Amino acid sequence: MLGVRARAAPLALAGLPRLPWLWAAGGVVALLASAAVGVLVGPVHISPGTVLQALIGGSVDPGQANILWSLRFPRVVLGAIVGGTLAIAGAAYQGVFRNPLADPYLLGAAAGANLGATFAVTFAPGASLIGVNVVPMAAFVGAGAAVAGAYALGRTVSGLRSTTGLILAGVAIAAFFNSIETYIQQTHPASIRESYSWILGRLVTAGWDGVVLVLPYVVLSAAVIFLHRRLLDALMVGEDEVTSLGISVRRVRLIVVIAATLGTAAVVAIGGTIAFVGIIIPHTIRLLVNRSYRVVIPLSLLFGASFLILADTAARTVVAPAELPIGVITAFVGAPFFIAVLRSTRAAAL
Amino acid sequence: MSHVVLSGVCVAYDGVTVVSGLDLDVASGEWLSLIGPNGAGKTSLLRAIARLVPFDGEVRIGEDPSSALGARELARRVAVLHQEPQIPPGMTVSQYVLLGRSPHLGYFGRETGRDRRVVSEVLRRLSLEGLASRPVEHLSGGERQRAAIARALAQQAPVLLIDEPTTSLDVGRQQEVLELIDAIRLEQGLTVIAAMHELTLAGQYSSRLALLVAGRLVAVGPPKEILREPVISQHYGAQVKVIDLNGSGTAVVPVRA
Repeated sequence: MLGVRARAAPLALAGLPRLPWLWAAGGVVALLASAAVGVLVGPVHISPGTVLQALIGGSVDPGQANILWSLRFPRVVLGAIVGGTLAIAGAAYQGVFRNPLADPYLLGAAAGANLGATFAVTFAPGASLIGVNVVPMAAFVGAGAAVAGAYALGRTVSGLRSTTGLILAGVAIAAFFNSIETYIQQTHPASIRESYSWILGRLVTAGWDGVVLVLPYVVLSAAVIFLHRRLLDALMVGEDEVTSLGISVRRVRLIVVIAATLGTAAVVAIGGTIAFVGIIIPHTIRLLVNRSYRVVIPLSLLFGASFLILADTAARTVVAPAELPIGVITAFVGAPFFIAVLRSTRAAAL
Repeated sequence: MSHVVLSGVCVAYDGVTVVSGLDLDVASGEWLSLIGPNGAGKTSLLRAIARLVPFDGEVRIGEDPSSALGARELARRVAVLHQEPQIPPGMTVSQYVLLGRSPHLGYFGRETGRDRRVVSEVLRRLSLEGLASRPVEHLSGGERQRAAIARALAQQAPVLLIDEPTTSLDVGRQQEVLELIDAIRLEQGLTVIAAMHELTLAGQYSSRLALLVAGRLVAVGPPKEILREPVISQHYGAQVKVIDLNGSGTAVVPVRA
């Protein structure tokens, strides 16, 4: 037996990745601060004192209480959920596909969600099923169907031996779904504006329905991704090497992809396809803090949530009373920031 | 427990057979090197033993067929030192070596104090303690190879498979790596099966050599029996001189006609 005498060795081991508490605390502060901004900024001025009163159940003007509890609080919570989920789903996809360009939409989730939403907007405008608007439901189903289709197609072409076959299957499925979506939009011009509005992403919500709708999925998704942090680190070495460590790459990939897709499908169903968050947040953490998924996943959750709350606040205030799609803000602000981080760090390889 | 028995092992890629009906017994604590010209099937055979490729026939690790072992159980018995380990950017030596504890953890398991102690001891044994916090990508070729060996040792498997362990190392680092593996083999009764293309080094460190040609086992025996000029000339198509090193093995030296 290749044994080592471990009794005398010290327990502490230098060089192991640990969640840096300063960054974790910074993430919590950033989340609280962005939530405060999201709650306080809006067409109707509401003071911080009023917000605190509302939170602790004190006496608040009914109109302002209604704005807070029906509009701003749920929207901030939804922004946090959507941003955090997209960021950790992006990190998870990058881990299992060992591809820095992977994002939560890699296997066609966006194309599927867009097609589902376009279908619902066009053919069942304003319809609801068991009290829930059919657009997010159709988007959720579309996203799940696209990724399942990509996985099934990837299995037939490469037996899932390589990620390349799976990624190409995702590209093919996305192209196919996009062509159908475009055809529907071109042949039904009356609904094209609403379709595009949904596709570009926005967190329009009234009350807590959206939060309640997505919460079970994103909690399950996040829990599974968090539990895979060690295995995602292991996947950073070669596929044969991971296999010879007793880890089934296919099983890890399948479970993580299902979990990340579940979360992604849930948040695109309610927020549209918000681009860029799943790429820039995890990579910024990697560049500034640590590449280990034990660090990247928790910090991506915190900073992804903060980033999207701020992006949503900007989206609804920059051209008020109209709203910009959040994707415009995430790309417009995120891209230069990301480039600045890239330039200021010695990022040999992402 | 750590002997390896191969019976009728065949490996084929897309219908092309690269290892054909191979039978071989490797005793516990032995160092057996697979030698042969390029394309002989050395790496494919190692991959079959590690179950990294589908194969026909049977591989027994100890008393059990490898096909009957779960992935983690197999990794607890067989560690692999790959030819060119992929070095993840930013991963420290400690983190890299700690991956070797994966077979001892459950699917969602976390490393315990015992795992960290094992890694700490392996790092000490391989004189890597001072490099524990350094990213593996910043190490020299020899240091990286030592880190890869450390990861394999952290698996605490009784069988070590090595694929061309000295590729891209200078002669000093080649000796350092092989001496280290041999010292650990002798110290801990490790069974080593290595694919080697450097015949002089293979002869110096191996208990036996197995000569593979076109996927078939042509000869197996002590280095002195295998490393003979007519044998090498016939199977490698090379002109060589085999020189006795007076008790330090034999040197296989290419000569110009």
